[in-house]
This record gives sequence, C-alpha cells and structure tokens, in this order.
Amino acid sequence: MKRIKILNTPPRFISYSAVGGREEKRGPLGDAFDLCDESDSFGQKTWEMAEGEMGRCALNLALSKCNMSHDNIELLVAGDLQNQCVATSVSLGSFGAPFLGIYGACSTCTEALLILSSMIESGAVSTGACVTTSHNSAAERQFRTPLEYGGQRSPSAQWTSTAAGSFILTGDPSLLSASKYGAVSISDFMIGRIVDGATSDATNMGAAMSFAAAQSIIEYFKESDMKTRDFDLIVTGDLGKVGSDILRAILDERLPSASSRHLDCGTLLYNPKRQDVHAGASGCGTSASVLSSYLLPRLEEGELRDVLFLSTGALMSPSSVLQGNTIKGIAPVIHLHSDA
Amino acid sequence: MDIYSLEGKKEIIKRYSPKTRILRNSVFAFIFGGLICLSAELLRYLYLWLNIEEKDALSLVGVTLIFIASLLTALGLFDRIARYSGAGTLVPITGFSNSVTSQALDARSEGLVMGLGAKIFTVSGPVILWGIASGVLYGIIYYIYLYIIR
Repeated sequence: MKRIKILNTPPRFISYSAVGGREEKRGPLGDAFDLCDESDSFGQKTWEMAEGEMGRCALNLALSKCNMSHDNIELLVAGDLQNQCVATSVSLGSFGAPFLGIYGACSTCTEALLILSSMIESGAVSTGACVTTSHNSAAERQFRTPLEYGGQRSPSAQWTSTAAGSFILTGDPSLLSASKYGAVSISDFMIGRIVDGATSDATNMGAAMSFAAAQSIIEYFKESDMKTRDFDLIVTGDLGKVGSDILRAILDERLPSASSRHLDCGTLLYNPKRQDVHAGASGCGTSASVLSSYLLPRLEEGELRDVLFLSTGALMSPSSVLQGNTIKGIAPVIHLHSDA
Repeated sequence: MDIYSLEGKKEIIKRYSPKTRILRNSVFAFIFGGLICLSAELLRYLYLWLNIEEKDALSLVGVTLIFIASLLTALGLFDRIARYSGAGTLVPITGFSNSVTSQALDARSEGLVMGLGAKIFTVSGPVILWGIASGVLYGIIYYIYLYIIR
C-alpha cells in the first residue's frame, strides 16, 4: 500500500492568517500575527464562543487579504478542540459555505489541509478554506480544572494556545493573479496512523505524540523519492520540549539527517524564559498559527523551499484517561513546496 | 530505542520526562502553609481580644480564611500564588474554598441551576464525600473503643 499521495495539480495557498490571544502576542511570533486580542475574549461572553469568534476573524482576515468574498468558498474544512467541534460550527455558519467539521485533536490543521487538497485534486471543488482554532480557557475548562483553580502543573505539561489559523487553497490558476500570495503549494501528503502513546498521563501529551511523529517521519522517507536533505525543515505540531527531545533522540538513532532539520511549533510560539508555559504550546491552533505566521511567509519569500509539516494530535478524552486508556497519537504529513 | 513496543515506549518516556521538583515544592509548601497557619493563629488572638468566645473565635477563623481564599480566587490571584505554594495553599481550608469558588465561576456561564448549581462541587466533591465517609468510619472505631473495649 502506497501511503504518500502525490497531487498532480498541487493546490496553492492564496491567503492565510493567524489570530491569537494575550500570551501569543507576548511570544516571539506576536508581531507576525494578523490580530491578537489581549483580553482573550474576542468580545464574547464565554470562552467557548471566544474560540469560535477567533476562527471567524481568522477566516475573514484571510478572505480580505486575497480580495475574496464568502461566495468564493466552495468548501470549508474546519475544526477546534471543543466537544462536538461546537466553536467552529456555531461561528462559521454565518459564511454559508458547504462545511466539513473535523476532529483530529491537535493534528486538525494538517488533517484539514490534506482533506481540502484531495478535494481540489479530485476536481470536486476548485477553491476552499481551512480554519483551525484552540482556546486556552475553553480547553482548560473542558479537559482539566477550572480556570482559577490553584494547582501546580507538572513540568511536562503544555499550555494550550489561544490561537487560530486560516488558509485559503485553490486549484484555479486564474485566482492567483488577484492575490499577492500563491508561491506555496501542497505537493503531496500522507495520512497519519493511530499510534499508541504508551502513557495515560494527560500532563505529558508531547511524549505520547512523539512516537506517532517519529513513525510518520520514518515511514515518509522510507516511501518517498525525496531525501531528508531535500527538505529545509521538518516541522512538528505541538510536541513541546519533552516530545521534541524524544523525537530527536529517536531520529538521531534511525534518521540522523532528519533530526538536525527538526523544529516544533510548540516550542516556537512562546518564550519559556518569560512565559510560564512549562514544556511549550499545545492545541490545534498552535501548528495552524505557526504555519501561517512563521512558515508560510518564509516559504512565500523563497527563504524556505521544501518543508515537511506534521501537526501532531493526542487522541484522548478526560473520561478515556480516567478509565486508564493510554493516549493515542497521530501525525498526518503534508509536503509544502515553494516556487518563489 | 524500541519505538514499536509498549514497554519500549514507556521506558523512553520515563527517561526523557522531567522530574517534579519535590524538594523545592515541599519547601515552598512548608513556608506558605506555615504562613497561612500563622495568620490563622493571629486571627484567633484578634477575635479573642475582641472578647469573642474561644469556640466562636475558632469558627470565625475558618470562615475568615475561606472568605479570603474565595475573594483571591474571584480576583484571579489565588491560582497565581498557588503555582508556587502548591500544597501549602491546597491542603489548608483555603484550598477547599478555592476549589468551590473556581468551579462556581467556571460553571456560571451555563446557568444558575444546571451550571453553577449542578457543577459547584465537581472538584471539591471527592473531599466532601470521602471526608464524611472517613469521619463516620472514625466515629465507629471511636465508639467501639469507648463503649466496648474500655
């Protein structure tokens, strides 16, 4: 079975945006975000709706950057971290676009991009959008303890980012002239497999996901014609410090040339010296916002040529963990290529 | 490194996961917990000085600490202190107060009955249940000692 799907008409990014909250603004990428609300509330009464509003802002920003309106979106693939993906479905309904709501935990961004890519490749749609969001306060409430609860966090715990990323992809060459972007395309992808993370410790999700990331990278290069030296970077989603250490140790042993090219979005979003985020960022907004604020601009300028991008997801629920199940990891892969 | 078996992965996780700083956390807990107990003692002296009876003064000390912890929670300060103090603020009655108030604040957006009303004891529930249950058990043991063994 061939797992890498090569796209004959690689869909192009004609627009993208990143939206964040207070901690994201204070982080090293703060100025590269299109919009940050330092109150984290985005004018909403609840954190859950704030997450939805953040996604709506991200999509609106992306649309305005390429001078497009809602009507141009033939398919919207989006997801968030909340139960039943409710932030996305409540807030993005106003766009009136055909909608696929997906859940891949923190791997949602890559999952959305590869679903939309294959829909464009098949000819089912020509232009579509992806939106991915996570909100720290909504996630804390759902997965952990109340926001104001006074507990000590484990040093391996990660900080769910309050961030959203939105991307507009098209297979229609005539649309490229209207946008200042368009150099970056998705040339192939590999859908992730579910890999056992061997721990039920929800404060150590980076470690649980690292095995899925390692297996995806090893399997990708086993099958692909491309070598690790053909890539400028291999970027994982939100392994954080602990997960990145494990991944690099595994790659050092099995694929050393990949280890030296590794970066992790979870360690890029915050400054651990100034911000109390322990092992780094997590949440599906992490990889989405780092992709649109850090990686895509560099690809667009030609500073980077080929990037292997894998958002990493920890598949679990508070109940599954309490019942003693191990956390499962998944790491879908997309290959970003720049013609700039 | 064995990344394909459960045992192999467990070993890798154990090797690379940072350890909780037990000594530092214990010292901080000791200092903060001690300060809370000291302030409780000072409060007791204050109430006695105000000519309140010993029994009532003790109740008032508890109520005062609960109120202060609840207020600090609502002001968003308690969790910032607790990041350092850990068990120092969690174990005394302040921790219980925080667990109830923080959950009440969180559930407020879901309404007064099904939100706040139904969820207020989610975090503190285990303490209430097992606290009462162990109280009953201790009572039975004490009864047996008092009326049967003696």
